[in-house]
Amino acid sequence: MKLFRGSSGPETIPAQGSQKLTRRSSGLGELSRLWESAEDLCILDLGSTSPANIRHFTESGHKIYSEDLLTASTDPELLTKDEQGSIVLDSRKFLADNLVYPAARFDVVLCWNLPDYLDESLVKPVVGRLWSVLKPGGMLLAFFHTRDAGPDSPCHRFHIVGTDTLEMQKIVLRREARRGPTGAVHTAISDGFQLQRVFNNRHIENLFHDFASIKFFLARDNIREVLVVR
Amino acid sequence: MSAPASGLAQIGKSVFIKGELSGSEDLYLDGQVEGSIALKGNSLTVGPNGQVKASVEAKGVVVQGKLEGNIQASDRVELRKSAIVTGDITTQRISIEEGAYLKGKVDIHKTEK
Repeated sequence: MKLFRGSSGPETIPAQGSQKLTRRSSGLGELSRLWESAEDLCILDLGSTSPANIRHFTESGHKIYSEDLLTASTDPELLTKDEQGSIVLDSRKFLADNLVYPAARFDVVLCWNLPDYLDESLVKPVVGRLWSVLKPGGMLLAFFHTRDAGPDSPCHRFHIVGTDTLEMQKIVLRREARRGPTGAVHTAISDGFQLQRVFNNRHIENLFHDFASIKFFLARDNIREVLVVR
Repeated sequence: MSAPASGLAQIGKSVFIKGELSGSEDLYLDGQVEGSIALKGNSLTVGPNGQVKASVEAKGVVVQGKLEGNIQASDRVELRKSAIVTGDITTQRISIEEGAYLKGKVDIHKTEK
């Protein structure tokens, strides 16, 4: 089953300075009907740790699992060389360290914009693992850019602030200084993530080929929302 | 960063403990612990330099540093903005500051009245 629907639109409004925007999300609205009518759901949030999302689900009596896959993919220990000698990320090691859950654990997976920013070598293996950890009938929400707008395609964190409303927070340069056990100060610098590719509808259908159904929500902010059902 | 209250039991940042750590008073931990921590009825604060690889059982848990292991708190868990937590959290109440990192499950258990 493949459906295309018009989204209720982005309505991007600056919030709390330039770093946060709000947008309406038809995909989220559809998922909200699920978690508002069901009890004790298992939800996996693959974005950056979001206090708002954790609060949203725990106050509703659901279990939330938080795992920041994009940050995990920057682990230097994942770097390896393929048969051609090109440097790639080791997807086996990545999946040995991340997304380690029993099969059919989750009712909902919130992928957000992960596939657009994740390294090419990890996208298909990750989607395969997500299929296995979703329950049959479980749902996955992902966002895809419809075009590469360069610097206007920043990577965002997503915070649920309403039934169909998200707050988007740009992931920006972050400098973090920590004092290690020896007393030395370690400084970690992480830059924002770059859009890796633009999936068209066919690419997306192929990516979620093993899932039972896929529904597209077209929005006006060059984002295509996708809700897939295992 | 909140400093430890005076009179509070403390483990300084140069201390490394491996094994079972238990007690009946609140504890401020700024060093390294590997094993398990049990402070039933009392609170644990992992300071900004704290590095814990242990399962934790306490009334309240505040994390400012790094904690790897499951947390079971009978009252509340606070993850401050510098917290890096890998493990499942079971508690009655939780607060998470913006910037905190969590890899794991959050399960809220309400006490029946």
